[in-house]
Amino acid sequence: MPETAAAGAPAPDTNGTAALEVAGLRKEFGPLVAVDDVSFGIPEAGSLAIVGESGSGKTTIARMIVGLERPTTGTITACGHDRSRPPRSARDRRRRGREVQIVFQDPYTSLDPRQSAEATIDEVLRLHHGWPAGRRRARIAELIDLVGLDQRQARALPRALSGGQRQRVAIARALAAEPRILILDESVAALDVSIQAQVLNLLADIRDSTRVSYILISHDLAVVRQLTDQAIVLHRGKVVERGPTARVLDDPQDPYTQRLRASVPRPGWKPRRRALAGAGEEPGIP
Amino acid sequence: MSDPGAAPAAVTPAEGTPAAPLLDVDGLTVRLPIEGIHRPVLRDVSFSLRPGEAFGLVGESGSGKSMTARAIDRLLPPGAEVTGSIRFDGRDVSSLAGAALRQYRGQVAMIFQDPRAHTNPVRRIGDFMTEALRTNMSVPASQARARAVDMLGQVGIEDGERRLRQYPHQLSGGMLQRVMIAAALLTQPRLLLADEPTTALDVTTQAEVMAILDDLRREFGLTMLFITHDLELAAAICDRTAVMYAGQIVEIRRSSLLHDDPLHPYTAALAGARPDIGQTAHRLRAIPGRPLSAFEAPQDECAFAPRCPHARDICLAAVPELVEIGGGLSRCARTQELRGKLQVSADA
Repeated sequence: MPETAAAGAPAPDTNGTAALEVAGLRKEFGPLVAVDDVSFGIPEAGSLAIVGESGSGKTTIARMIVGLERPTTGTITACGHDRSRPPRSARDRRRRGREVQIVFQDPYTSLDPRQSAEATIDEVLRLHHGWPAGRRRARIAELIDLVGLDQRQARALPRALSGGQRQRVAIARALAAEPRILILDESVAALDVSIQAQVLNLLADIRDSTRVSYILISHDLAVVRQLTDQAIVLHRGKVVERGPTARVLDDPQDPYTQRLRASVPRPGWKPRRRALAGAGEEPGIP
Repeated sequence: MSDPGAAPAAVTPAEGTPAAPLLDVDGLTVRLPIEGIHRPVLRDVSFSLRPGEAFGLVGESGSGKSMTARAIDRLLPPGAEVTGSIRFDGRDVSSLAGAALRQYRGQVAMIFQDPRAHTNPVRRIGDFMTEALRTNMSVPASQARARAVDMLGQVGIEDGERRLRQYPHQLSGGMLQRVMIAAALLTQPRLLLADEPTTALDVTTQAEVMAILDDLRREFGLTMLFITHDLELAAAICDRTAVMYAGQIVEIRRSSLLHDDPLHPYTAALAGARPDIGQTAHRLRAIPGRPLSAFEAPQDECAFAPRCPHARDICLAAVPELVEIGGGLSRCARTQELRGKLQVSADA
């Protein structure tokens, strides 16, 4: 792990290792190849967007990184530790939790309905850090403040919170483990526009203050532009384009990326019908 | 009466063009029982659709945009208290019953966000598509199927015969939504209510479905009420757009002017809060607080005032009226003095 010759990528962190390194990742579900030879790396405090539509394999990649799916082949290395194989012990599992955390899309189903934000965070702090009550209380207050919730909201059950507030709780919970890498799987997609802006600003602040690395999984190119430096574009399980986010969006090279870019509504946009039945569906007539 | 044509519509309301409106919503207020008390979900909603026009209804959660469509389609939940009027082709919709209501529903078609939730999983596509023709319009089954196949062709589905024998789960989301559009158009409606029809679809599929909708709407001379949370999508495909907040319309504007010359602070804030695909902002201009439902918002002052950076004492004095300005309508007490100062500039 000496001088990594990463093409144009910023220098890796102090240990000379990327925060996350994914190489030759492949996932088969029976005859279907969901993820096909995907490789990428993220430096500390870096941010990578995985852009794609339904069936592109982007969520499967996230699930493999977190450990919810096992890769068919390929390696995933976070903070120097392999995580392509299942953890061997509870300790190993906890360590992985401190390396990578994930925030899901739906703020309505990803929280325990019987736990307040405080209790949710407290559980993570006990599990991962084993701190005494006083220290946990102080950290809970810090995290609640960091994600912009007030005391009343911190003690409320999820059902008393709005979608944006719940997503803040989910972010605070993920941060409580002090992960090096945070996966945002369409985490702002379900939010109202005015709330989405608040959460995007919050995520930018957190990155500045904690140096956590982001993997943003999104179909929303404007959100991708706002939050990430690097991007890969997935189409049917394969990476079809990669590069700095600004370049990929301003000057897309792959035909699929070009079509994705042209499909985004904007002033003066006129949707056009393509020749025949849409992508991702079986061909119409022979 | 002002003279038609020539003069820039100064006296008449913005909608008052020579052609009689196909749909006229006037002072619509809806109260629903929420936790045992009737609370407002729509407050004094007024707009009209000219024949052949595409009209956008944009807003966040709880703004009342879907409830407006439900009121028009007579699909409000039981216990709803409705005041104000909805007139379709000059007839009062609320008084329709029996055959007249069925006939009205034949002229007003609705497309929903989630096609799967509005199809029966154990019924074949053909059954579903031809039902209205067979039962309401007494079209013989074979003829109904032929028309369905023809309409599927129009939405870009070539092997219609086979599709009619399939079940909803055998079709992708984009394909199923095109089936819904074809089904909606089969009864030759005059008004199409499209409630977030592309929100659940992929971006490239959305572009395809919007193109189909736009083409067919023009071809059949349909009037469309297009409901969406996406200001840019509405602006791209609608002639005029109404922006809703907390159960009220706060602005009605030619879509082409909405972004560069917004009249209401909320419209400007909504446009400014979205990240820009063309550049990274240092910070997004988030709107503080969260969108409110009509019953949560202040009732005796401007509903947006608590979140508005331009709010002053005058905004708290009374509910602002929807007033005409610059060829549009705005519900803002300071709309005159703020004109031209609201549009989003490049990030500071």
